[in-house]
Amino acid sequence: MTTTIESPDRIEPEEPGGPDAHGPGSHGPGGNGHDGEHAHHEGPKGILNWLTSTDHKVIGKSYMITSLVLFFISGAMALVIRAQLANPTSSLVNFQTYNELFTMHGSLMLYLFAGPFAFGGLANYIVPLQVGAPDMAYPRLNALSYWLYLGGSSLMTLSFMVAGGAASFGWVAYAPLSNAINSPGAGTDMWLLSLGLTGFSAIFTGVNLVATIFYLRAPGMTMFRVPIFSWNMLVTGILILIAFPVLFGAAVLLYCDRHFGTHIYTVSGGGVPVLWQHLFWFFGHPEVYILALPYFGLVTEIIPAFSRKPLFGYRGMVFATLSIAALSTGVWAHHMFTTGVVLLPFFSLLSYLIAVPTGIKFFNWIGTMWGGQLSFQTPMLFSMGFLFAFLMGGVTGVLLASPPVDFMTHDTYFVVAHFHQVLIGTTVFAGFAGFYFWYPKMYGRMLNERLGKLHFWTLFIGFWITFVPQYLLGLRGMPRRIADYLPTNGWTFLNEMSTVGAMIIGISFLFFLANLVTSWRRPVVAGDNPWDGGGLEWFTSSPPPHHNFTHLPPIRSERPTWDYNHPEHRKDESHGDKRHREHEQETVGAPS
Amino acid sequence: MRVNGAFLAAIGVFFAVIAVVYWFTAYEAAGFLMLIGSALLGLLPGGYYLWWAARMKPLEGDEPDATVSDGAGAIDAFPGSSIWPFLLGMGAMFATLTFVFGLWLAPIAAALGFSAVIGGVLESRRGGAV
Repeated sequence: MTTTIESPDRIEPEEPGGPDAHGPGSHGPGGNGHDGEHAHHEGPKGILNWLTSTDHKVIGKSYMITSLVLFFISGAMALVIRAQLANPTSSLVNFQTYNELFTMHGSLMLYLFAGPFAFGGLANYIVPLQVGAPDMAYPRLNALSYWLYLGGSSLMTLSFMVAGGAASFGWVAYAPLSNAINSPGAGTDMWLLSLGLTGFSAIFTGVNLVATIFYLRAPGMTMFRVPIFSWNMLVTGILILIAFPVLFGAAVLLYCDRHFGTHIYTVSGGGVPVLWQHLFWFFGHPEVYILALPYFGLVTEIIPAFSRKPLFGYRGMVFATLSIAALSTGVWAHHMFTTGVVLLPFFSLLSYLIAVPTGIKFFNWIGTMWGGQLSFQTPMLFSMGFLFAFLMGGVTGVLLASPPVDFMTHDTYFVVAHFHQVLIGTTVFAGFAGFYFWYPKMYGRMLNERLGKLHFWTLFIGFWITFVPQYLLGLRGMPRRIADYLPTNGWTFLNEMSTVGAMIIGISFLFFLANLVTSWRRPVVAGDNPWDGGGLEWFTSSPPPHHNFTHLPPIRSERPTWDYNHPEHRKDESHGDKRHREHEQETVGAPS
Repeated sequence: MRVNGAFLAAIGVFFAVIAVVYWFTAYEAAGFLMLIGSALLGLLPGGYYLWWAARMKPLEGDEPDATVSDGAGAIDAFPGSSIWPFLLGMGAMFATLTFVFGLWLAPIAAALGFSAVIGGVLESRRGGAV
């Protein structure tokens, strides 16, 4: 699969890969035999390829498929939770099962879907392509990350099967609820250890991302020409390195409390239960941005492509990302305002400050769209969904950063609605925007626009019907994590509405699955650059060959493919030396 | 390299400032230590990069006018496939299961782990399955 470039403004698409070339079976995690093959590369095929591949593209796809499966499992749990709450004094599931369900829903979504889908899946696939690298810096470490992640996910999911059931103390595992007396059983231990495994998987991926972006940039790809998605992944990688070791340490200490008789989180032995909250949220709040920054990056790639304009305020975006990340590490105790032992003004002020760089990002996104030739194809629609959802989640977040408001709404459905709007805005709306955007690059075929739009609109409508009532429920005093309520509470109608919305969200994903099946059964060839994108990932073939590039364009701005395809609109960023401008493309030296 | 170093050092300086402010306002040890840890995470590699950036030829990726041919030659060794990460990952999973279900799982974990380490090292020495 060699990309030949005949004329500077057009890259010939690959020959059509019909159903014979890419059968439906070749797209499971075990069957990437046709993808990523280069003329001189003969790797193992089939399941052996899945087990042994160190190619970032294969690993990225494995990550994505695994995390999407976990997303669907976790989403099904959410539907059971909503069904239970649809009417007062419901007895669909018993209370213990309910506790397990909301714990595992949160754990699967946050630890196993939202993060790994972004930094293990999309970033793993896209970052080396965007910076012009043949692979991630440490390919075998990358493969190890995936296997640790798969091991950890299996442990957490299978913990439903052990005696005593899965963990049931909420995804935050507050001490002393999570100690050996209040949460006995193997399920809790499996939950803790799976955090250890997936934590190391995340750390290794973080190391890989940072090393790749620091060292493997193609010639001319200076740091301030790296696309914003890759910049965000660099910052995410550093946040991972700050946050996940703390989580691992906290989990080890909790394990010692549970089994070795230490008293780190128990008052009886002189320990401090609130220490768990400090350690957990020192991980937990950066984790929120580990989940958000990659998706900010995705949207920053998509909006310019569908506005047909360069990004407005590239450097502003980079510095906004940096300041969000830096501030996010200093705000952990705003989750602990009601403990009464944290410094309210410090954490409140820093939390308010995060609104400033986030606001800069919003203005830059709007500035990019302003006066552009907008086309609302599926990835752009999902990005718009992200803007609305994240705006609502962000504004209510600013409210919660105020201690008096937080005292009134802490642990109510107001908070539940707030973080679901933030997280669904980022991980689901922006995440699927990225999926629709880069799917043609990964599989060489398009997704159906009509089904994609149906997916978006049902999701968008269901999303608001689900979560706006939850804000109102929170303001009317409905606490989090309760399995039933009384008819006299007056919460029935709003809960019914929220459940209907959740079911609509559930239905919306059927359109997504139908879309995947359609693209496997009746492939529409994507070509190398279906969206006329500007990043280096659109320069190579779809799917890219082994080691990614056979040719590279000259890199003179943050969108080299655009410069190459539209020389008349090229932004002249050459510094003095113009002699290289005649070289339109050059062959990449074969990696040894 | 200079940009990377400055970037990491800036993170380190920010956390150092926040840590000092936090200590003198909150008097709380856990958060202070974690902020110091974050400051070191920025300052140590950042200082190392800055020290090297002043002494080495810039990377091709840092030259705004570099052409693709400037980067010609071997970039690095990228193994095309390897079974050892899989075995090491499964060994790690069995090792953690040992902590839940008992020591009888430890031999499996050790066998997988050691074979993966030995296999991986030998593979590197041979140059890997490129």
